Amino acid sequence: MTAKIAYDDVEVGTELPAQSFPVTRATLVQYAGASGDFNPIHWNERFAKEVGLPDVIAHGMFTMAEAIRVVTDWTGDPGAVVEYGVRFTKPVVVPDDDKGAVIEVTGKVAAKLDDRKVRVDLTVTSAGQKVLGMSRAVVRLA
Amino acid sequence: MALDQSFVGRSYPPTAPYEVGREKIREFAEAVGDANPAYTDPEAAKALGHPDVIAPPTFVFAIAFKAAGQVVHDPQLGLDYDRVVHGDQKFAYVRPVRAGDRLTVTSTIDAIRSMAGNDILDVRGEVHDEAGEHVVTTWIKLVARAAEEA
Repeated sequence: MTAKIAYDDVEVGTELPAQSFPVTRATLVQYAGASGDFNPIHWNERFAKEVGLPDVIAHGMFTMAEAIRVVTDWTGDPGAVVEYGVRFTKPVVVPDDDKGAVIEVTGKVAAKLDDRKVRVDLTVTSAGQKVLGMSRAVVRLA
Repeated sequence: MALDQSFVGRSYPPTAPYEVGREKIREFAEAVGDANPAYTDPEAAKALGHPDVIAPPTFVFAIAFKAAGQVVHDPQLGLDYDRVVHGDQKFAYVRPVRAGDRLTVTSTIDAIRSMAGNDILDVRGEVHDEAGEHVVTTWIKLVARAAEEA
């Protein structure tokens, strides 16, 4: 593991570069294929509405995969991630148009731990709503 | 109907090995739009100290969730899968999953709770490589929403 960020260079409160991740219906179809999750709520509007959703929604695991990129792009080495957990609080609703939805992710160092590890707390929103709760990663820095 | 508490602690047999391929990792990384070269370029991965390309942190979910199917679809447990949503997800890594890994998953029911008519099921997956070394632990929290009143 060779993170490019040094433990000694960060403090509690250090902000990670924020990122925005667009997601369209095409993104969801591609993710369904790659992940093997073909639940129709992620690609079939008729089905999604039948089960009470406002529209097609993104896979929670897709949102989780995007959110950790703020951490892995920061450390450089994705292998530096020691722990990662989230709670799925609200769906990311993806309309059938060219723009789709956007997942906005910010991250901040919340605690310095032993063994050159830090805990990063992530804030993940879409359309102004928090979509992940308790979104935390522990990473080992250089 | 509330799930049977006596299932807490129950483990299911390890799954058959899942072989992690470079191209499957590439496909996943492309699907999440992540261009980190550690996922696709063995030399870049080696420069970071990994023996081969590594998988994005959430890649292993698909393997663990398939394994959790033994629990979810256990007719004796009787979870109403049509009403299930994914509540929480957590991973703890000993090392990153990498190409060439042959991974087995042992699923265990960590907890069963009932809240406001919802059934909440915590399934832990212990993921090991072919040498028997521990690679990652996954925790999947599933919530079966209460059936609506007729």
